[in-house]
Parts: sequence; structure tokens; C-alpha cells
Amino acid sequence: MQQTKQQTTQPDGAAAAQPAVLSVRDLWVEYRARRGAVQAVRGVSFDLLKGETLALIGESGSGKTTLALALMRLLARSARIRGGRVLYRRDGREVDVLSLKPGELRRFRWSECAIVFQSALNALNPVLKVWDQIFDAAAAHGMGNRQAMRRRAIELLQRVQLDAERVLRSYPHELSGGMRQRVLLAMALVLNPQILILDEPTTALDILTQRAIIDLLRELKQELGFSVLLVSHDLSLAAELADRVATMYAGRIVELGTVEEIFYQPHHPYTVGLLKAVPTLAGGFRPLESVRGSPPDLIALPPGCKFHPRCPFAEQRCLQEEPELLALDTRGSLHGHAAACWYAEVVAKAWQSEQGAQKEAGAPTGMEGEAWPPR
Amino acid sequence: MATPLIQAEHITRIFETSRGRVRAVDDVSFSVNAGEVLCLVGESGCGKTTTGKMVAGLLKPSAGRILFEGQDVWKLGGEAFRRYRRAVQIVHQDPYASLNPVHTVYDILSAPLFHHRLVRSKAQAIERIFELLQIVDLTPPADFIEKYPHQLSGGQRQRLSIARALTVNPRFIVADEPVSMVDVSIRISLLNILLRLQEQFGTGFLFITHDLAIAKYFAWRGRIGVMYLGRLVELARTPELIEEPKHPYTRALLAAIPEADPEVTRHKQRVALRSLDVPSLLRLPPGCSFHPRCPLFEAGLCDRQRPELVEIRGGREVACHVVVRQERGEPAIVGTS
Repeated sequence: MQQTKQQTTQPDGAAAAQPAVLSVRDLWVEYRARRGAVQAVRGVSFDLLKGETLALIGESGSGKTTLALALMRLLARSARIRGGRVLYRRDGREVDVLSLKPGELRRFRWSECAIVFQSALNALNPVLKVWDQIFDAAAAHGMGNRQAMRRRAIELLQRVQLDAERVLRSYPHELSGGMRQRVLLAMALVLNPQILILDEPTTALDILTQRAIIDLLRELKQELGFSVLLVSHDLSLAAELADRVATMYAGRIVELGTVEEIFYQPHHPYTVGLLKAVPTLAGGFRPLESVRGSPPDLIALPPGCKFHPRCPFAEQRCLQEEPELLALDTRGSLHGHAAACWYAEVVAKAWQSEQGAQKEAGAPTGMEGEAWPPR
Repeated sequence: MATPLIQAEHITRIFETSRGRVRAVDDVSFSVNAGEVLCLVGESGCGKTTTGKMVAGLLKPSAGRILFEGQDVWKLGGEAFRRYRRAVQIVHQDPYASLNPVHTVYDILSAPLFHHRLVRSKAQAIERIFELLQIVDLTPPADFIEKYPHQLSGGQRQRLSIARALTVNPRFIVADEPVSMVDVSIRISLLNILLRLQEQFGTGFLFITHDLAIAKYFAWRGRIGVMYLGRLVELARTPELIEEPKHPYTRALLAAIPEADPEVTRHKQRVALRSLDVPSLLRLPPGCSFHPRCPLFEAGLCDRQRPELVEIRGGREVACHVVVRQERGEPAIVGTS
């Protein structure tokens, strides 16, 4: 069953054979707070491969946004990177983003690695017309050629299905939320970056606009070949766009795998918990359950595995020792399927038998089929 | 047939804004029986929240009537109006904004109990508050009664708002996006608390959400109404609406929503819209508001006549000229261009 799923779901590109454009190694980030240090990211390592979409999924406080900001060194002043390396590669050269000088960092941002935030209104300067913001930012990056810049901007705005000339003359407030998000997407791609970080890119948007942005992203990625780091609490968005998925909990990656491995063969109890909590439209009624308990206090984390107070599989060992992200196959913990759980195999078996029981109870009716209306 | 608990009769709500008149809700009608669940779904600006506020008596309709047990609520006298306002409670989206930060859980829950003379002493209040906290799974209650809202997690705060709505033993709850600000892993427990109220106490619901998957879960034994730019465009029992949507807007929504299953979501049928732009409420298109985007658009019909919500078969209502004609097996009168 799992085999057929892997064959029929075509990932958007990326295979493990691709080189890594970004390698994050043992990254630690904390925030200073009155009660103590908020341990937002605790020893995260992963590779972002050329042309792939890697989704970081997790809930509030999982550290996913802090991690994304740290990669671009856009953290708030109360944050401190306690350790680790962020290695960026292009054309055979490698730099550690964490040791870039201010001038180099400015060049890295946007021209090598661009970010699109959730709130498109906050990311645009309200008193500047769209063209002025694009040109200002481009000039700051040493792209002084007005004509060439304008041609590139128009080309990309048209690419995201906007009336380019009109949009360039508009102020941000004159555009709708969906239009602003498309402007940001176009702006992010103006300098042809190798990496695009998307932080909850469609959360504030209406469903039909969200769909348009998703389809657009997929097309642009195919065309331009950049890599995407997608940060989201929304499992559906990951299922839609990701080649690989990393589940984050309490500042760590607790499971990593291909999108099929994460959704069809989860091995970490938190990933399982999320999958059991998400309502779906396809198929009949499916009983759902929440993960018991609340997210952890990042200032006073529990001992052992940080998920143990909420975990239905927790044993004595989980209260004492925190599990590392360990490979479940021969592809290794960075590129294969990996989980940070002492009882990963037990968790996976329990999930599979529950899924089997549900399938027998009634085959769900699919929603797939021909495009509608019929032509 | 028994009188429905809540009826909305051709309700319209107009807001005067600096840029002009906005018809946030336009001629919407539905009824909900005691103990029944009706979900209103739609995107931002569709009028679902305004409709909820009118049902809860927080906003007066500009036209049309809200009936409670068959009586026009805005014609009720003092005591009868108060009885309606107690019977119909509202739970808001944002528990941060709707709870007073300097009041403890005890203060928040005891105020309505004393105000409505549901308890006579502090001991009685505490007893009732313990009961309420147990209903919303804030247990053990003794751990919570002295806490302030900021000491609670987002999910716990929303449980507290539900407990507050329950202080006055409501028969009907308007729940406006009650889980949209809560983490995914704990949403279902909140929905299950509300569903338990329906089972145990026969509480009815007008459940408002932008998320059709949540609507499907919550209203599986009830109905879903889909709103677009102030109008109710489709109303049906939940399984029928999800499995066999009729209105082109409902079909477009269902086709567009990503699902937490890579196989399903990447092979979903698509609905090709004619335009991405949502018309402004200040300049609504003539005829059917969805016509500039609709794949079934017929010139001369959809851009001229506004479709009314009509019943196509038992309990299924849809507001679309083309769908209604097809369902009735009538031939096209106006040729498509």
C-alpha cells in the first residue's frame, strides 16, 4: 500500500542525490526573558537540498519561526544564537551565514536567500509606491540599473498574474491581501535567489486566493529552480507543497522524512498526534482527537523527552533521557526518515494498525477526478 | 411542526462607512431548531460574523427579523428580551480580547451568576463554578479558580470563555471561529466540549467558521450554510454539502482547500475560476455577485438577475440560476456567450 502511494505522488523535484544549498548544524537560539532563557531552538541540524521544498511544521512555540529568522539573521534583539553553523553554498563556494560581515549579510539576504512573511501589509512600506520599494531595495543591493530592474519587476508581477504597470504605481493599502502577497512573492524573486523562505505564506488569505498562491508557487519553483523552506503550522500546506517534512517540537526536529513518510508512516508520537487532530474533507466522518495536555513552557522544559508529559507511549526512560533524531533507515538522519523517539517502532506499528482498522470500517470516497465544470 | 428556536427572516445589515454604504448581510433567511447545529462558512467579508451578532442580539438588523421561539426579538419587552439574551450566548474568536485581564477565573464566572441571580451566596457560586470548569475540562477546578487569564494557555482561555457562556444555561450558542486561534493539536478537544453540550444538554449552535473541514467535523449531523459577499448561496445537510456540493462557489471552495494527505490533496479535482479578484462590498456586481468569477456564468442571465435561494429537493437550497435549471431538467433559455 505504502509503495503504491510513493509511486503515484510525484514530488515537485528534488531527490536525495541533490547537493545541499544550505546546511544547518547544531543550531541553538534562545531569547532573554524576565523569568529566564526561552529555549526556542535547541540543537537543530538539517540540509536544504537544491530545488526541494522542505516544510518545517509545528505549533506555536515549536521554534519554527525563530529557526527561519535565525537562518537570515533577522532575529529580535532579545535573541541570541548560542551556537551552531549555517552553511550556505553556491557555485562550489561555502560561507557560514553566522559569520558574514554586515555588507556580505546584506548581499546574502534577498539576492541569495529571500523571505516572504505571513503579514504582507507589515512587510511593505505603507508610504512608498510598490515600484519605489522595489527600486530602493534593489539599489541597496547594488542593482542600479533602473530600466533593467523595472523590466524584471514587470516580468515577475505579470508572472504572478498581476496588472504590473498598475501595481507598480500603487501604494500597498490600495492592494488586496492576496495581491500584496503576490507582490511580495514577486519582489522576493526579483534578484533570483537560490533559497526562498516562506513563513506561513497563505495563513491570512482566503481559500481561493490561497489556492492561487499555492499553484503559482509550484509553477515558479519548477521554472526558476529555487529551494523552498516552508514554515507553517498547517499540515495541509505541507502535504500540498513539500518534498520533505520536518516536525518540530519544543525547539527540536523530532521527525524528518519525505512527505509520504511523514503522512503515511509517522514514527514520532507528536506527528501522529497532529495527524489524528486534523479534520479532512475527503472521505466520510472520521473521529478525531486532540493531543492531551498543553505545549511545554520553553523556560522550564521538562526533563527527558520534551514531549513525554503529553505522550501516550511514554515510559520511564522518556522521563530521564532526551532521544536524539535517529535514522530509521540507511539514508542517515539528515536525508532519510528519522525520528527522535525511544519507541519509534512501537508508535509506527500502533498507527499502522489503527489506519488498517479505519480502512476496513469503510472505504472513504475520494474527491479526485476530472476538472469541473466538464468542458 | 414545532416553532424553530431561532429564525432569521430576510435579515439585512447595512454599515455606513467613510467610503460608502456596505451591505454586509443581504436578505439572509434560515431557521435552527432547538438542539440543532447550523454552520455558517465563508471567507472574510462574507457576512458570517455580522449574521452571528444579529442572531445573538448584539446587532439590530437593518431590515428583516430575528425570531426567538417565534417572537421578533426586537419587539420583546424588557423581561422577555433579557430572557432571550440569556438563552442565546456568544463565544468569540479571540479569548485574549474577550476576557478581562485583571479578573480571576472566579470573578469572570461569578459575575454573570450573581447578576442574573442564579446563585445567592459565594458558596453556591463556587459550587456552580466547579461544575462549569469540569464541563469544559479545566480540571481539577481548584487549580484554576484563582488564576488570571494570562496564566492560562490559549486553549484554556477559550475553555474559560465557553464556561462563561454556560453560566446562564443557554439553549443556543453562537460560536464565532471559536478554535481559529488555538493550536491544531488541541482544537478538537474544544470542539468535542461543544459537541458534548449539544448531546447532554440539547444546546443548539450557530457555528461560524472559514474552515470547511472544521465545519464538516462539527456539523456532521447538522447543516452547513455557505455565504458569499453577504448572501447565503447554499444550504444543505453536511454530508450532502461536502460530498455533493451544488453551488459553483461551494464547489470551488471544496476543490481549493488543501488537505493533510499528500495523495488526496495533489489529485483533487480543480474548479477553474474566471477571475481571482473578490469584488468589493462597496461595488458589488449586478445580478449574482459570484458571476465575474463563476465557471457556469451565462451572459444576460447571471449578470442581470439576482438568484434567490430556492429548494431543489428535500432540505437542499441553492442560489444559482444554472444549477437550479439543471436540477429541474429545464432547458437553457438564454444562450451562453
